[in-house]
Amino acid sequence: MRTSARVFFLGGLMSYRALFTWLSPWILIPTFMVGPIFQILFFAYVGRSAGVGNDSFFLIGNAVQYAAIPCLFAMGNSIGGERYEHTLGLILVSPARRVPLFLGRALPVIVNGFVVSLFALTVGALVLGVSLPLSVLPLLVIVLAVSAFACTGLGLVTAGIALRVRETAVVSNVIFGLLLIFCGVNAPLSSLPRWMAVVANWLPLTHGIAAARKIAAGATFTDVGRTVAVEAGVGIMYLIIGLVLLRIFEVESRRHATLELG
Amino acid sequence: MSVPRLIGLGWWLQMKMRSRSAFDGALSIIYPMFFATSVFFIYRQGASSSALVAAAVGASVMGVWSAVATTAATSLQGERRQGTLELLVASPTPLPLIVVPITLSMAAIGLYSLVATLLWGRFAFGIKVSLLHPLAFAVACVVTALSVSVLGFVLAVTAVRYRSAWALGTALELPIWLICGFLVPLSILPHWVRPLSWLIPTTWGVSAVKRAALGGMPWRDIAICLVVAAVYAAIGTLLAGRLVDSARTNATLSLI
Repeated sequence: MRTSARVFFLGGLMSYRALFTWLSPWILIPTFMVGPIFQILFFAYVGRSAGVGNDSFFLIGNAVQYAAIPCLFAMGNSIGGERYEHTLGLILVSPARRVPLFLGRALPVIVNGFVVSLFALTVGALVLGVSLPLSVLPLLVIVLAVSAFACTGLGLVTAGIALRVRETAVVSNVIFGLLLIFCGVNAPLSSLPRWMAVVANWLPLTHGIAAARKIAAGATFTDVGRTVAVEAGVGIMYLIIGLVLLRIFEVESRRHATLELG
Repeated sequence: MSVPRLIGLGWWLQMKMRSRSAFDGALSIIYPMFFATSVFFIYRQGASSSALVAAAVGASVMGVWSAVATTAATSLQGERRQGTLELLVASPTPLPLIVVPITLSMAAIGLYSLVATLLWGRFAFGIKVSLLHPLAFAVACVVTALSVSVLGFVLAVTAVRYRSAWALGTALELPIWLICGFLVPLSILPHWVRPLSWLIPTTWGVSAVKRAALGGMPWRDIAICLVVAAVYAAIGTLLAGRLVDSARTNATLSLI
C-alpha cells in the first residue's frame, strides 16, 4: 500500500517533471497562456461577426475546452516520451502496480489542465470585458477541476493508444478537434445534428461546459449538481477504459515484442 | 543550377518527403477543418446565407496558414536534429533558396486543405460557393499560398535559435487567423489592430480570395500582397544572412 502511494505521488510527480520541455517558459507561455486566449478571442469575434451568441458563451466554452491541451497531450506524451527516452520498457518490466503507476501520472496533468482553464477564463474575461460575479467563482472552480479530471480520463485513453501508435501528437490533435466541434464549445448542442448531440453526451467537457455556463448565468450547485456528477462519471468511465487499454496493449506489445517500435 | 530549377526541385523533393507520413498529411488537412466546422455551426445558427458562403471561403484559406505555421517554425530545427543543417548552410547555395522551397511545399499542402474545406462545406453543410471570377480566385489562392510561404520562411529563419519553435508556430496560428480577416472583418477588430493587419501579406491575399469568389476586384489586393510578400522575403533573406554569420562566428549552428 505504501509502495503504491509512493508510486502514485512520487512517480507521478517525477514523470510530470520529466516532461521538462513543457515546463520551459518558452513552451509554457505560448502553449498554455497565449493559445487559449487567442482561441477565445478568435471565436468570440467570429460570434460577433456572425451575430450569434455572446462573448460569455464563447469565453466559457473555449476556456473549459482548452484544458484538453495539457490533459490530452501530456498524458499521450507520458507514454510517447518514455518510449522516446527508451525508458518505457524499464517501467513496464518493473513490478510496480499499474493503477497507481498510471493514475499518478494523471494527477499533475489534472492540476495543469485546471490551471490553464482558470487562467484562460480569468484573462479572457478581462480582455473581452465579460463580468463574472465573484459569488459564482467557487462553483466555477469546482466545475473546471471536474472537467480537467474528466478530460484527463480521455487523456489516459490516448496514453493507451500511444502504446500502439507512434504519432501521439497527431492523435491528441484529432481528439482535441473532435472535442471542439462535439462538446458544445462554440455552438449549443441543440444546434448540432442529433447524432452529434448524442455522442457529445458521452464525451468529457460537454457537461462541464454546460454546467459552467449555467453557473455564470446564476445557477446554484443544486441546479448543476447532477450535470457536474455526470461529467465526473464520464471522466471515471474514460479512466477505466484508459487503464484497460494500457493493460491490453502492454500485454500485446510484450507478446509481439513491439514496445519500442511504436 | 538556375534559381527557378533549384526552387522547383527543392519544392518537389520536399513535397515527396512530406507525403511520406500519412498521419501528418491527414492532420494538415483535417485539423483546420475542425475549426472550419465550428465556424460553420456558428454561422448556421443565425447569419445570412451570404455570410455563410463568405465564412466558407475564409475558412477554406485558414488551412493554408495552418499547414505552414508550426511546421515552418520547426523546419530548421528538424534539419538540425537530422544533422543536415550544417550541410545546408555549408553548401554554396544561399540558405534562403533552400528554405523557401521547404515552406512552399507546406503552403502547397495547405492548398489541399483549402479544396477539402470547400468540399466539406458543400457536401456536409450545403454551402454552395459560386466563384464569380474563377481564374482570379485561382490566382489569388496561389498568391496567398505564396505569401504564406514567405511568412513561413521569415518564421523559419527567425526561430532557428529557438529550441521550442513549434510552440511559437502553434501560438501564432490563431492570431493570424484572427487579425488577417480570414473570417472576422477587420472593421470589427480594435482600431489599433488594423495597421498590424495591413503589414501582413496574408491579409491582402485573403481579401483577394474573398473578392474573387464573392464579388469585387481582387487584382489590387493581389498586387499589394505580392509587394508586401517581397518585402518579407527581403527581410527574411537579411535575417538568414545575419543568423548564419552569427552561428558560424559562435560555432553554435549544431547546438540545440
